[in-house]
Amino acid sequence: MTTGRTIGAPILEVDGVSLSFGGVVALQAVSFDVKEQEIRAIIGPNGAGKSSMLNVINGVYHPQQGTVAFRGRKRRDVDPHEAAERGIARTFQNIALFRGMTVLDNLMTGRNLKMKCNLLQQAIYWGRAQREELEHRAKVEEIIDFLEIQQIRKTPVGRLPYGLQKRVELGRALAAEPELLLLDEPMAGMNVEEKQDMCRFVLDVNDQLGTTIVLIEHDMSVVMDISDRVVVLDYGRKIGDGTPDEVRANQAVIDAYLGVSH
Amino acid sequence: MQQGSLDTFPRLLLDQAQIRPGRPAFREKDLGIWQTWTWARVADEVRSLACGLAAQGFRRGDRLAIVGDNRPRLYWSMMAAQALGGVPVPLYQDAVAAEMAFVVQDAEIEFAVAEDQEQVDKLLEIEAQWPRLKRIYFDDPRGLRHYAQAQLTSIDSLQAIGRDFAGRDAGFFLGEIEKGRPSDVAAILYTSGTTGNPKGVSQTHAAMIHTARVLAAFDGIGQGDDLLCYLPMAWVGDFLYSYAQVHVAGFCLNCPESPDTVMNDLREIGPTYFFAPPRIYENILTQVMIRIEDAGWVKRRMFHYFMAVAKRAGMKMLEHKPGVPPKDRLLYRLGELLVYGPLKNVLGLSRIRVAYTGGEAIGPDLFDFYRSAGINLKQLYGMTETCVTVCMQPSGEVKLDTVGRPMPGVEVRIADSGEVLVRSPGMMKEYHRRPEATREAIDAEGFFHTGDAGYFDPDGHLKIIDRAKDVGRLADGTLFAPKYLENKLKFFPYIREAVCFGHGREKACALVNIDMAAIGNWAERRNLPYSGYTDLASQPAVRELIRECVEEVNRGLAGDPALGNSQIHRFIILHKELDADDGELTRTRKVRRRHIGEKYATLVDALYSGKASCFIETQMRFEDGRTGTVSADLKVAEAKTFSVAAAKKAA
Repeated sequence: MTTGRTIGAPILEVDGVSLSFGGVVALQAVSFDVKEQEIRAIIGPNGAGKSSMLNVINGVYHPQQGTVAFRGRKRRDVDPHEAAERGIARTFQNIALFRGMTVLDNLMTGRNLKMKCNLLQQAIYWGRAQREELEHRAKVEEIIDFLEIQQIRKTPVGRLPYGLQKRVELGRALAAEPELLLLDEPMAGMNVEEKQDMCRFVLDVNDQLGTTIVLIEHDMSVVMDISDRVVVLDYGRKIGDGTPDEVRANQAVIDAYLGVSH
Repeated sequence: MQQGSLDTFPRLLLDQAQIRPGRPAFREKDLGIWQTWTWARVADEVRSLACGLAAQGFRRGDRLAIVGDNRPRLYWSMMAAQALGGVPVPLYQDAVAAEMAFVVQDAEIEFAVAEDQEQVDKLLEIEAQWPRLKRIYFDDPRGLRHYAQAQLTSIDSLQAIGRDFAGRDAGFFLGEIEKGRPSDVAAILYTSGTTGNPKGVSQTHAAMIHTARVLAAFDGIGQGDDLLCYLPMAWVGDFLYSYAQVHVAGFCLNCPESPDTVMNDLREIGPTYFFAPPRIYENILTQVMIRIEDAGWVKRRMFHYFMAVAKRAGMKMLEHKPGVPPKDRLLYRLGELLVYGPLKNVLGLSRIRVAYTGGEAIGPDLFDFYRSAGINLKQLYGMTETCVTVCMQPSGEVKLDTVGRPMPGVEVRIADSGEVLVRSPGMMKEYHRRPEATREAIDAEGFFHTGDAGYFDPDGHLKIIDRAKDVGRLADGTLFAPKYLENKLKFFPYIREAVCFGHGREKACALVNIDMAAIGNWAERRNLPYSGYTDLASQPAVRELIRECVEEVNRGLAGDPALGNSQIHRFIILHKELDADDGELTRTRKVRRRHIGEKYATLVDALYSGKASCFIETQMRFEDGRTGTVSADLKVAEAKTFSVAAAKKAA
């Protein structure tokens, strides 16, 4: 089965990013790019700086050196909400959903970015606010349909099994209609079937919605299977960059994973 | 409008569109909202589908395969095929490609309508061996964007082609409907077949419509009724109760959002007419019981108190029988306000006027529970070959262990061998392309041999014992009715499935499947950890629990002189659930005893040779068709048996 997507020019360029927390160096002069519509994996042993890298792209951390350019706009110090407005959405490793709210409400909060009415208009809930609410609800229902979570629409998130919570987390990120989606260990803690389901959804998001995806993942079979290109980090440095096969054969990467002292 | 009589489904459709064009005919929940189609709109959609099919080469007598969950457009496709004088052949949506391949080739399918990518993939797999499958239409486009196969078309496109065609030939649709005859085959429904290959039962418009009219009159079904379509479209029950009845009575068919949301959709729709196999009523009750155990003290007390009231008074009040003391009447009404009403509301059963069950025996507790809560649950008996309807229980004459009286127009006779024979206007025309099998099934006088053993009780109600060929005898001549024993075991919430052996042997033994939900809950309450089905099934405490259930059944059997010696002496709890995908159950969840006996022969040997445990390795099939093995060391458990009440000499 051929997919219709075409991998285009780079939309995200990370250039010489260095990040440290006091004396602890998290990232050292890391540079790579992410092409449009591709699935880019960031892998590496624990503590390699993968989540930090994602946080830099997203604007949660501001690097001491280097820049991140998204769609040509270079920036170093950007706030997360600005990154979101420009089309970058993310999920979190430990799930950051509102546990007491239903799945539907959580997904609606993901639409916050697109809500144009102010607090007073929404409180009165008449006219424009109502129309907007319906549009947002329709969009969220499409996501629910896409992720096949109709049966838990009204369930409080805290009551859901882990695998489904991760799916809802993905849904909330999709609600912002991002161009670039950052997934922080989306398969963590899942069994084989759940991983296969999540892989399918990630591929569907990439294929049907045309979203570029950057994902951090530990499961090598997932990485090899679904990613187009891979970046390997170790102790904050980039040690590999290429297709899954290239990276798999890279001696430095093998050493890092097998623990050769360096 | 139509001058001819309303004797084919297409003519009935046009009639409904004429007399109640604005009434809801179909509903489907999409994107969280119930969408409604009126009769007028449905007729229009069917017209464009029919014209589209005709434009693509579908001819009179051609068969159209339909496969997927219950979706309005799949039902309309059936209507469209019939309008052109074709024959819809619905398939089970959870069948694997190999099973579907048999039906597709047997029915010589060239056109198919599939719900989604999953079904399309299976059909494309079949097409490799059956190249005559030249057109596949799909409803849900998700995942199919990049499929380049020429024979794949969306239903949307098909309807566009149809509207175009109808524009150029305005009288075509009505003209084709005019040519239809009541003796034409309305559908071919494949029986699930506990043995051998499935057989295609050909039913005519006349037979189906006659039966639907009888049913609608029997229970007073009219345009205000609502039905939730959640049972497989391939099953004769759905075809008759949903599809056929809606043509005759003009009510509304509601399609759930997805198989997972059925319970929720049931609550939202609140159907007035409901059919489910006993298993589903059992699942609902188990859910209720589990949740009650989790509720607070006050609610639990209230529930148990008022359920006791219901047990005393409920059934009599449902049937308007005398003998209920005023105090109980008052309490029952209070119970309705506090317990039964809210309970039915939560389950979606508040508006039920009639609820049916059939296909298997139903447990006494189950039956009592629903009837005493005020739900008019009744039993019926029938099979695909007779348009289901052989016997049904009239409201007011509902008994636990019978299947009711023969329906108007149906003759039921008991052969000397004890086999139930049926002759009715709802009889099938034939088994598709199986003249031998047809001749075997329908005798010279026109009676269909059901293969069930049964007898009439003094009230004229029919009682079914078991499949005639399964009724056997133990080595000492005692009657051995495995299904009877299995049902008694399955009445316990802890036992999901049971298979009994004993024909020609000295004693009866059983293989048992535990019910994961009920026992999981039981285990949690006792702080017993478990890691999954196999682990739970192998625990000694669980074995004790099941032993108690078996001994309870034995106690009951001991009181019946005829069956007393068929008490269950030994049993094994299986490590994996019996599954239709592994060929152990039929698609309608009936046990394939012979196949199981062969597959688990090592276990059956262990049961009868006195071994204390047995190692077994079984093949199982995953949902995508791959196979794997599951192995376990299973313990054989002994159950206490009781001395039989003194046998009375038969007169």
